[in-house]
Amino acid sequence: METQVKVDLTNFRLETRKWLEENCPISMREPITDAKQLYWGGSKGKFSSEDQEIWFERMLQKKWIVPYWEEKYGGGGLNPKQNNILNQEMSRLGCRKPHINFGISMLGPALLKFASDEQKLYYLNQICKGEVRWVQGYSEPNAGSDLANLQTKADDNGDHFLVTGSKVWTSYGDKGDYIFCLVRTDTSSKHTGISFLLIDMNSEGVTTRPIKLISGKSPFTETFFDSVKVPKKNLVGTLNDGWTIAKYLLTHERQMIGGIGETDKKKSLSEIAIDVLGKNEGILSDTSIRSKISNLEMNEKIFDLTIQRALDEHKAGNNSGAASSFFKYYGTELSIQKEELRLEVNGFNSTEWTSEESRNGLEARYFCRSKGHSIEGGTHEVQLNIIAKRILGLPTK
Amino acid sequence: MLKSSTKEFLDLKSPLSLVREMRDNNYNQFSSELWTEMVEMGWTALTIPEKYNGLNFGYVGLGQVLEEMGRKLTVSPIISTVLTSTSLISLSKNEVLKNMLFQEIMNGNKLCTLAHEEGSHHSPNIEISIVSKKDDVLVLNGKKRFVIDGSISDYFIVSANHESEKNVDLILVDSKSEGISFNNKVHMDSRIYSDISFDNVKIEKDNFLSSNGDGFEILEKTLDIARIGLAAEMLGNVQQAFEMTMQYLKEREQFGVKIGSFQSLQHRSALMFGEIELCKSIVLKALQAIDSDDEKLPELASLAKAKLGQVSKLVTNEAVQMHGGIGVTDDADIGFFLKRTRVTQRTFGDSNFHLDRVAKINKY
Repeated sequence: METQVKVDLTNFRLETRKWLEENCPISMREPITDAKQLYWGGSKGKFSSEDQEIWFERMLQKKWIVPYWEEKYGGGGLNPKQNNILNQEMSRLGCRKPHINFGISMLGPALLKFASDEQKLYYLNQICKGEVRWVQGYSEPNAGSDLANLQTKADDNGDHFLVTGSKVWTSYGDKGDYIFCLVRTDTSSKHTGISFLLIDMNSEGVTTRPIKLISGKSPFTETFFDSVKVPKKNLVGTLNDGWTIAKYLLTHERQMIGGIGETDKKKSLSEIAIDVLGKNEGILSDTSIRSKISNLEMNEKIFDLTIQRALDEHKAGNNSGAASSFFKYYGTELSIQKEELRLEVNGFNSTEWTSEESRNGLEARYFCRSKGHSIEGGTHEVQLNIIAKRILGLPTK
Repeated sequence: MLKSSTKEFLDLKSPLSLVREMRDNNYNQFSSELWTEMVEMGWTALTIPEKYNGLNFGYVGLGQVLEEMGRKLTVSPIISTVLTSTSLISLSKNEVLKNMLFQEIMNGNKLCTLAHEEGSHHSPNIEISIVSKKDDVLVLNGKKRFVIDGSISDYFIVSANHESEKNVDLILVDSKSEGISFNNKVHMDSRIYSDISFDNVKIEKDNFLSSNGDGFEILEKTLDIARIGLAAEMLGNVQQAFEMTMQYLKEREQFGVKIGSFQSLQHRSALMFGEIELCKSIVLKALQAIDSDDEKLPELASLAKAKLGQVSKLVTNEAVQMHGGIGVTDDADIGFFLKRTRVTQRTFGDSNFHLDRVAKINKY
């Protein structure tokens, strides 16, 4: 029996490898150097190249846009082992993901856990075709770290809700088709007066405005709702129980942001430092910077080992939701420290903002952008609160 | 299995109070009763290959024992005799000595330690000690510092430069040999470390654990194993100190509330929790690397020792601070963890040494 499973998996691997080699265009096997090279789908989505479109269409036919969801939802129906093999084979060839969407990474898991059968069939099938680009509406001007303080209200108006209020920090809000939102449906209670609502961004009364960051870029928008009609069937889960879904989803978001530091440049910091500062008697000439690099490298390596250990323990059935707070905290902290250290290493060049030579201040802007890592997805302080209360069980009074 | 049986055993035989008791008994370094039971538990045979009648349980196993000992601050010759000496002897090609020493160590008859350090800081290099020929006999001259369990060991494994061959020799020396003098020093952790002088100590040809110039290689690998094993003990130290502190935060009241409700203490506690998680990962990975003979052993050993050096400093400092006034009294046990880790941070190289080594290994 066991050997049969092994044989099947080996066959699956060989078939997958062959299929990828035959179907993944060569240019779709190169590392991504610019966010534009990702295909986000939706009604406003555009392919940046012919190869990108071919790759998306082929994976779509294969039902591998979301290979691990059940077939009835439009997924590929792969079991975890098969999905793992597909991932391994894709990274072996360097295949890019054919489609990126918050619907896959964030909303999907929440729908699978909390939505009605009808909602799952409808929305998950859409997501698997890349037809709808999803964005997230959580934070508000007065509900950041204290997210449960959110005030965007959804009033019961017969067969629909009437939504009024505003959201901030909507990633790519201007490009979204649908937004999953936390809204207030009961003002008499804080945490248990929140509901999880799916809103069509083409509805009358929805507008967005870009937020420009200190890096000079603006991936975020503010999103305004002015008496927007939302059908009742767009409510996910139970009325006033949206906070449960929000917490579940934030866990996913934290794991995603925690991995930000990994998308790293080709040269290691120590190699860059040798180029810029030179060596003296066989070691990096600036010994103070050298020990800072070595310290960061130590923590990066040990953090990677810790992620690996958590995955191993997860497979063995030990799971701690609160641990994601630690990964969010530490992963972002390392990427922030690395950007700071990069400035020290690069000296005068590091703050250069507009020249061609600096690729329009790429690194300086990365640095500025990194300051958001300890804020978005729950601030450092909020993560530490969660660890203190949920893992360490420290008292509240 | 090994971990829980070790914990059970140590809970019973080596509670924290034993460290205090041994200290107050004129810095007693050795409980023969405890040692006999450890030998019966098989701890001296854990890493000895089956070929020599050992248990061949591996270093992940020994690491679990060391970690639990770290929680209890157990005073025993495990670090000197098992972790360090047995590892070195395993790497030797001198089969006669191997058979003899493994037997004696496993039975608990003899204690053995590495006499290597010479300077104020850890270094794998040897500057002073030398083996030379004098009137047709081999003699050892030199001075070793900071020898763990030097005052109670039966044998020293001494590292020395060979006068004519420029190689590093590793020589087994009987602690009662003529020409040896001791200066035993009590350190902060209530343990004795010896400065030992060797003055024309006669060496038998058969007592070399190194052969054909492999001395330095054996020494380096032994040091890496010792660094990792000590890091495992330190992991036990910090976990225990941290847990005791969390307990205190949940009990102690000031301003009418539990002090653990203060956010300044909560955030620092959460940071320590994370750092300790990192420590667990690197210690486990490094122990596995010994067992699998991973080529990354040197780097992993340095990462482990560097990280545990830093985190043990952080955690023991915070533990004392969070205990407040009681934390700086001798009545509280928490101070023992601070004092033990201040010594282990330096033993086999401190964080500065190992971060420098990580940089060298990675060529910068």
